[in-house]
Amino acid sequence: MSEFDTSFDFDGRRVPFRPGQTLGAALVAAGTTAWRTTRLEGRPRGLFCGIGVCFDCLLTVDGHANQRACLVVARDGMTALTQEGTGHDDT
Amino acid sequence: MTTPDLTPSGADHDVVVIGAGPAGMACVATLLAETSLTVGLVDAGHGAGGQYWRQPAPVPTPHPGEPAPRRAGLHHDLATFHRLRDALDRGAASGRLATRFAHHVWSVTANDPGPVAEGGFAVHVVDRSGRPGDESTSTITGRALVIATGAFDRALPFPGWDLPGVMTVGGLQALLKAGDVAAGRRVAIGGTGPFLLPVAAALAARGSTVVGVFEANHPVRWLRESRAVARNVGKLGEGAGYAATLLRHRVPLRPRRMIVAAHGTDRVEAVSVARVGRDGRPVEGSAERHTVDAVGVGWGFTPQLDIAVTLGLRLTRDRGGTPVVEVDRLHRSSRPRVYAAGETCGVGGAALALVEGRLAARGVAHDLTGADPASHPAPGPDGVAAVRLGAFADAIISAHPVPVGWVDALTDETIVCRCEEVRFGAVRAAIEAGATDARQVKQLTRTGMGWCQGRVCGYAAALLSAGAPGEPDERLIGAPMPLGALAQTDDQHDAM
Amino acid sequence: MKVIVVGAGIVGTACAEALTREGIEVVVVDRLPVGAGTTSRGEGNILLSDKAPGAEMALAQLSRRTWLEVGDLVGRESIELEEKGGVVVATTHQGLGSLISFADRQRAAGVMALEVEDPLVLEPHLSPSLPGAMHYPEDMQVQPVLAASRMLVLAQQRGAQFRCGLEVAGALTDTNGAVSGIRTTSGEVIEADAVVNAAGTWGGVVGERLGGPIPVLPRRGFVLVTEPLPPMVRHKVYTADYVENVESSGEGLETSCVVEGTHGGTVLIGASRERVGFDTSLRVDVVETLARQAIAIFPFLADVNLLRVYRGFRPYCPDHLPVIGPDPRAPGVLHACGHEGAGIGLATGTGRLITDYLTGARKSEPGAEFAALLPDRFVGAESASESASESVAEQVPAL
Ligand SMILES: Cc1cc2nc3c(=O)[nH]c(=O)nc-3n(C[C@H](O)[C@H](O)[C@H](O)COP(=O)(O)OP(=O)(O)OC[C@H]3O[C@@H](n4cnc5c(N)ncnc54)[C@H](O)[C@@H]3O)c2cc1C
Ligand SMILES: Cc1cc2nc3c(=O)[nH]c(=O)nc-3n(C[C@H](O)[C@H](O)[C@H](O)COP(=O)(O)OP(=O)(O)OC[C@H]3O[C@@H](n4cnc5c(N)ncnc54)[C@H](O)[C@@H]3O)c2cc1C
Ligand code: FES
Repeated sequence: MSEFDTSFDFDGRRVPFRPGQTLGAALVAAGTTAWRTTRLEGRPRGLFCGIGVCFDCLLTVDGHANQRACLVVARDGMTALTQEGTGHDDT
Repeated sequence: MTTPDLTPSGADHDVVVIGAGPAGMACVATLLAETSLTVGLVDAGHGAGGQYWRQPAPVPTPHPGEPAPRRAGLHHDLATFHRLRDALDRGAASGRLATRFAHHVWSVTANDPGPVAEGGFAVHVVDRSGRPGDESTSTITGRALVIATGAFDRALPFPGWDLPGVMTVGGLQALLKAGDVAAGRRVAIGGTGPFLLPVAAALAARGSTVVGVFEANHPVRWLRESRAVARNVGKLGEGAGYAATLLRHRVPLRPRRMIVAAHGTDRVEAVSVARVGRDGRPVEGSAERHTVDAVGVGWGFTPQLDIAVTLGLRLTRDRGGTPVVEVDRLHRSSRPRVYAAGETCGVGGAALALVEGRLAARGVAHDLTGADPASHPAPGPDGVAAVRLGAFADAIISAHPVPVGWVDALTDETIVCRCEEVRFGAVRAAIEAGATDARQVKQLTRTGMGWCQGRVCGYAAALLSAGAPGEPDERLIGAPMPLGALAQTDDQHDAM
Repeated sequence: MKVIVVGAGIVGTACAEALTREGIEVVVVDRLPVGAGTTSRGEGNILLSDKAPGAEMALAQLSRRTWLEVGDLVGRESIELEEKGGVVVATTHQGLGSLISFADRQRAAGVMALEVEDPLVLEPHLSPSLPGAMHYPEDMQVQPVLAASRMLVLAQQRGAQFRCGLEVAGALTDTNGAVSGIRTTSGEVIEADAVVNAAGTWGGVVGERLGGPIPVLPRRGFVLVTEPLPPMVRHKVYTADYVENVESSGEGLETSCVVEGTHGGTVLIGASRERVGFDTSLRVDVVETLARQAIAIFPFLADVNLLRVYRGFRPYCPDHLPVIGPDPRAPGVLHACGHEGAGIGLATGTGRLITDYLTGARKSEPGAEFAALLPDRFVGAESASESASESVAEQVPAL
């Protein structure tokens, strides 16, 4: 995948993307299908509707929880994190 | 043509169009060509095109790296898209059109409470064009409003549908169109309706192995509706094109089959497919297993009616019982100066959406340029085309009902509400305790109370509790947004 | 004795529960499923903290005890009944002064009200700049539709019938002019010894149809619902201005924000109060104001997503007190409606009062406890029937 010069950081890993791709598309292209665990049962989730309707694809982007991976356009140097539960600290 | 100033309301635009899919684009292009009205166009996406002409997000220049290549055969009718997009660009250059992309409409309110909104409408948007955390809200006003918000995939629960790798067919298509990404190497496609075919063809053309298109109904049903089909050979030609691609890539078309389970632990690894009997139920002992790494399911589309419902527009039902906005031949809704076009007034595909967008533009032009609001100008050739394509859409819907037996695949453990993780057992208990509609199921089980607000599970909850699609949910908030963005809203609305 | 309860909201189901507990035969009639009216729009607070001493406070105290009994009968978990306590915060020093003197009066009526040294100990995410707060440990919360549904099921287990999908059109009367049952819009007739009007915001219409018009009018409220969160808000937290708004009789809009967490993880932010009939349209400025006020109390909410807004129409009487008891104009008719923004909390006590009136355990006479809530206060007042017919004219099946 070294054909791309652009990448974002996902859980400490470099994920390349093509300009114009969403985070979700780039993650799937890189072989990642899940980046969230559910609030009640801790089940893995990734893309489902692909167009911003289902909110299954939530992850934390640049410190902001609950971003839809299928909508957020990837930018060079972004930091994305797997999201657990509500995405907010349990304090 | 001059625009008599009917209302010195000081609105930002004469017309605000919500949605830049085929319907919204056609509407705006027609308004620009045939009137001198000013137009505001709002869309949640990053550019024009809607679902049919979904594009990668525009790339700021200069930008390092290669944008995704365009694949032949993925986008159809691109000449029309380019013509409309050029018309929009010219309108923007002339100052008559203002576009706002990456703006999600979260509500629309009337500027004054009277029955005829002489003061026009306030369209409330959340701007997501910046980075996460930079959202802001604002308001755009218009004397008239066109709702062209399209539809989203209709999904039904089955065991394992919550496993990563299981997606809607529209979602698979969106990944291909906007990102040039195939969701898997071995893919099963299931559900019902003609939309399964282009998705399977696009995946096959992209190099994936499609293990089967499992269509719950049978093409024979189309013959019953042959008159409408015969009058739309153009559309069928498109279908035939997909068929050729499917044949070339040896994609098995499997009528009367249904995906009854997805298997895997942390992602989908296989599906079980059953034969659908004449009674619409999966035939016992008929299940076959396919190894896959992605699944696409789709049971048609649900029109996006949040704004229509909030505005109290009168609804009607399509042939499949799905609520849609009631419109006249010029796509006027029951509320003066509010129009609807495209999938919001009945799912009928891109060709019909284009025609409806043009008709809505003529309705707006007629009503805003001082003509007698009670008079009805002739809809012309587009009106004829709308009737023809509408009949075709009806035929398609009638030929692709959801088989009653989808329920048989559910177990008490099957997730129904993905967001709140409510299982079928809990929903069943609520129904046994007397819940007779989706709203009651929601109150008793939390089904539909989560992030998606019942957009995904609402159809299933209605079928399970009431046996038919219910009244659409009222969603006063059409899109989530940070409370902070809302709290900062300037009451002084900003012009675009 | 056989009693018809009109309305399967929180009040009607609480009446059915209380009546069947005494072995009385009950038929609950509603045009909608259980709890589908204003009950499904309520936030579920069971409060003493916002009540001034008087008949309503006494009813709130009776209701609180009865809610705990109901919780023990059906299982507290199953109705999400929680003794979470309330925290009332003052936003100004002047406000703190009136909060403290209000609490003094409440204490005299037997309410537990504790002055809070450091509000952040109770609610760590509160804005640190608030001048002070009062803690009401007796305030509780319940999930209204679950509670209505469980009370109805309990009543049914004791033999009550639920007739869903029937709309009450009028009363049957016997030769003495006493009400002896109901007629429905579909023509069905159900006989009974008494009819309880628990039709909530539509109680004015039903009262008129039964021969006892009462002035119940809608007061609109919006509630904001956030995304699910970990437990960030532990109590029901509201500003002291709320206490003034509840008792206000102004026509205009009032917002004073109430913030609380729920079982499902969402945070509810309520609620506005407006008198606009059954107008269902959204007021964006109201939503924005509630968001601003909530962030002022809990700054972390600025980064939290709003998922949903819902609205409801509280049933209110001009004097802001519910109407509970026999109607002297229509023998056999008892009213149990007009609870405004407190119908969830006051439902179970209302059920007890209605049962007591019917069994004769309590007399509906002037000077008695709860006499201030009797319908007698509207009898003879011209405005009563006027207001009722106004509400008939405005009646749309909106919620
Ligand atoms: C995921 C998906 C993929 C599809 N792919 C195809 C395909 O490949 N081929 C095909 O023939 N048909 C496809 N369809 C069917 C499609 O609905 C129609 O063919 C066609 O796109 C309908 O045109 P439209 O203008 O009515 O709606 P759409 O094309 O859906 O356009 C509606 C537009 O409104 C915008 N919008 C909606 N709500 C809001 C809001 N609240 N605020 C701001 N903007 C809003 C959306 O972003 C969208 O751009 C797809 C449908 C879906 C759901
Ligand atoms: C935004 C908001 C927040 C609130 N928060 C709280 C709170 O935190 N705590 C609290 O205690 N209260 C709260 N309330 C108030 C509370 O919701 C109401 O007081 C309470 O729900 C009233 O219950 P009810 O049973 O009287 O009415 P409803 O629940 O409306 O029940 C009346 C029933 O009568 C039926 N009906 C009407 N007419 C007929 C007819 N002719 N024939 C047959 N059936 C009929 C209706 O269908 C309905 O089901 C709130 C209200 C709102 C709007
Ligand atoms: S995949 Fe459904 S919202 Fe992103």
